[in-house]
Amino acid sequence: MLNPQLNVRGELQHLLSIEGLPRAILTQILDTAESFVGVTEREVKKVPLLRGKSVFNLFFEPSTRTRTTFEIAAKRLSADVINLNIAASSQTKGESLLDTVSNLSAMQADVFVVRHAASGAPYLIAGHVKPHEHVVNAGDGRHAHPTQGLLDLYTIRHYKKDFSALTVAIVGDILHSRVARSLIHGLTTLGVPEVRVIGPQTLLPTGVESMGVKVFHDMKRGLAGADVIVMLRLQNERMRGALLPSAQEFNKHYGLSAEKLSLAAADAIVMHPGPMNRGVEIDSGVADGPHSVILPQVTFGIAVRMAVMSIIAGNG
Amino acid sequence: MRVLIKGARIVDPGSGRDAAGDLLIEDGRIAALDASATSASADQTLAGAGLVLAPGLIDISARLREPGYEFKATLESEMDAAVAGGVTSLACPPDTDPPLDEPGLVDMLRRRAKSLERARVYPIGALTVKLAGERLTEMAELDESGCVAFSQANVPLTDTQVLWRAMQYAATFGFPVWLRAEDHSLARGGVAHDGDIATRLGLPAIPAFAETIALSTLLELARATGVRLHVCRISTAGAVELLRRAKAEGLPVSCDVAIHHVHLSDMDLGYFDAHCHLVPPLRSPRDRDALRAGLADGTVDCICSDHTPVDEDEKLMPFSESSPGATGLELLLPLTLKWAAEAKLPLARALAKVTSDAARVLGVKSGRLEVGAPADLVLFDPQAPFQVTPAALKSQGKNTPFMGYELSGRTRSTLVAGHVVYRSE
Amino acid sequence: MSIPPHTLPDAEALCVQLAAELTPHLKPGAAMIGLYTGGAWLAERLHPLLGLDTPLGLMDIAFYRDDYHKQGLHHDPKRTRIGFEVEGRDILLVDDVLYTGRTVRAAMNELFDYGRPASISLVVLADRGGRELPICARFCGARIEVPEGRRLRLKKDADGRLALEMADA
Repeated sequence: MLNPQLNVRGELQHLLSIEGLPRAILTQILDTAESFVGVTEREVKKVPLLRGKSVFNLFFEPSTRTRTTFEIAAKRLSADVINLNIAASSQTKGESLLDTVSNLSAMQADVFVVRHAASGAPYLIAGHVKPHEHVVNAGDGRHAHPTQGLLDLYTIRHYKKDFSALTVAIVGDILHSRVARSLIHGLTTLGVPEVRVIGPQTLLPTGVESMGVKVFHDMKRGLAGADVIVMLRLQNERMRGALLPSAQEFNKHYGLSAEKLSLAAADAIVMHPGPMNRGVEIDSGVADGPHSVILPQVTFGIAVRMAVMSIIAGNG
Repeated sequence: MRVLIKGARIVDPGSGRDAAGDLLIEDGRIAALDASATSASADQTLAGAGLVLAPGLIDISARLREPGYEFKATLESEMDAAVAGGVTSLACPPDTDPPLDEPGLVDMLRRRAKSLERARVYPIGALTVKLAGERLTEMAELDESGCVAFSQANVPLTDTQVLWRAMQYAATFGFPVWLRAEDHSLARGGVAHDGDIATRLGLPAIPAFAETIALSTLLELARATGVRLHVCRISTAGAVELLRRAKAEGLPVSCDVAIHHVHLSDMDLGYFDAHCHLVPPLRSPRDRDALRAGLADGTVDCICSDHTPVDEDEKLMPFSESSPGATGLELLLPLTLKWAAEAKLPLARALAKVTSDAARVLGVKSGRLEVGAPADLVLFDPQAPFQVTPAALKSQGKNTPFMGYELSGRTRSTLVAGHVVYRSE
Repeated sequence: MSIPPHTLPDAEALCVQLAAELTPHLKPGAAMIGLYTGGAWLAERLHPLLGLDTPLGLMDIAFYRDDYHKQGLHHDPKRTRIGFEVEGRDILLVDDVLYTGRTVRAAMNELFDYGRPASISLVVLADRGGRELPICARFCGARIEVPEGRRLRLKKDADGRLALEMADA
């Protein structure tokens, strides 16, 4: 089956998922992002690459944070940015997803940044846009959040240099997490020898081992010797009910405390895609402590999104 | 009116016959076979050379979308599709709008269908009023108006007490009950098989045990009530095994699979192909193999199309938001032939699953080539290529995971009660 | 001096010659920026020869190229690193081969995003003509004719020696 993310020359046409992307393309994105980090550290943080191009932020599911990082990234590439909060407009009027997209396409879009609550929605859009239009998945259901995965990879590479001897532990709600899925694909593609997922059975999807990870239910065992710890956000609505009895009990067993962190490698880094629930999946002392790289993640996130948009928009 | 079909390869799954010969129809029934047919004079003669003559297909689940969903399909378009697919009898589930829960609705559907003079339509009545799972329908009344069985279609019956009572009541009158085996709570929100693929794609999933748990309940209740139970659209290896044991025990139970489950698995979801959004979900390749084994050893009684025309717009949506279902009336024959070829089954044995065995489940006399049986027949070319394209389908529903497939097997003529109701151009 | 294509001058010798030519014109506080990849190699040679007290700047113009809309983003762009204040400074912009002038234009655009320099002087190892923009080098090692369909570039061998090379375009 043809990979819908690549054009006939094997270049990145859309970014829909990290899964299925060759290692060389992942590395190209990370290398390009590194150069953009240089740009974001300057006083003038803009480059002229996407002058005259239009980036449409299509958010069918509200998210101020991710939308803002894409907006900043696009503006730093000199693109025109149009933000559309579709959740509040056409969807409620009964307009279909593809109608919305073709309407916007008539307004001369070049890049669609799409967030949608349904897994696979960006694939549908990518299958129906014009040849010069590009789709970037900004999170679809539980499926993928490739730019978040890439910025996580960037952060890991920044602090650990080499992927080939790392143990990475991803902790918490794997079941509902597009971040976890994207990161797992990225880590396995880049040759990380040990990727662990840690959580109660209720928060781990069936057959997650088939993605190339080791499953741990005991966090202390799972963290032992880990070089990288990625804490996932636990959604409020999942803290009490059939998945978990309470936020407190979750925190006790799967929250990252200083004590649990001490089981990891001495130079372990702690990551979190944000927004954090302090005192639930992560204690404040850890979130603000010396191992935390949560704020650099945000900075790198902009450079990674600049890299992704400038690479795909340049590919025809 | 006497119609003679000459020189066809006559395949009768009921008797196992597979030999060239002639067949004579008189007054809508099969009047003679072979030598005695050859010598008869006829008003109309159909050339059968190079073609297979078999009983018309009996599809025990095809949605005609009337009443209520005429925008998705109409009785006319779907009855055209049926006879183009060689289907001469079909049973339609009660999930119309309104559901088939009143004799008047059933009567109207049958009259409408009859006036079109194409395939025979056997309505399945609703087991509960509005399929709401609370109050029993007037089953005896519905039976009189022509319902052949009672069902909830895909609508869950969550209250096991009501389910038990419904089975008791149906058993009292000897009415068959056709039910899907799916635990409503376990299936809630799910759109794909709970396994590696759904995990990778991040699709809300339905575990295989949602089927086996519900099936265990159905089998227990069938045991307790003595109802004639038909289990619709099984999809898992576990269900095949449970049914194999139930049959060995002598329980009066039958079951079917949809033709797409015979061929496809969750691997076919690819990149969120909404045409593979089906109910029940496509399961693992191992489950598909178990369904095939169940068909081969007789555990699975018959194959249906589970024909569900869906508006194109309802498929042009993210997978989980798209409407489930596939069109299938016109693909049932070629896909059954494909399965026969892959499973290396004799044609008669494979066709039995869509003719004589389906007739037994449905409780009708057609599906056999015997003197005196209704002359519901299909004459088809088993080798003729059939490329699945939207234009090739008469059904208003163009939604099928087999779009683009190169299949073999084309209907040349379809006869119902001795009348030619379809002839290919 | 115009040199026919079959006898390319020695790049190492040109470096020394260029440094000597530059030295009398150096202003106090001047800084040097080399353009990836060949210009950076050349700048790495010239910088110590001139004894500049500002750190050497390195620039990749990938984000400023005017052919992005046709060619897309170049693979593996290097990070531009300029470790001094550009504002008000005299800048020596170093590239290996001057051709259309588009690279230099992109470099000047990028440079201005770091500040407003007092002046920019272009230093190249070789000028092959073919300008498409009104740009010329103030310091040039050699003028070299390049036949159609060929291109001139600077190479660095395993020992770190620089050499000019003619290759198919």
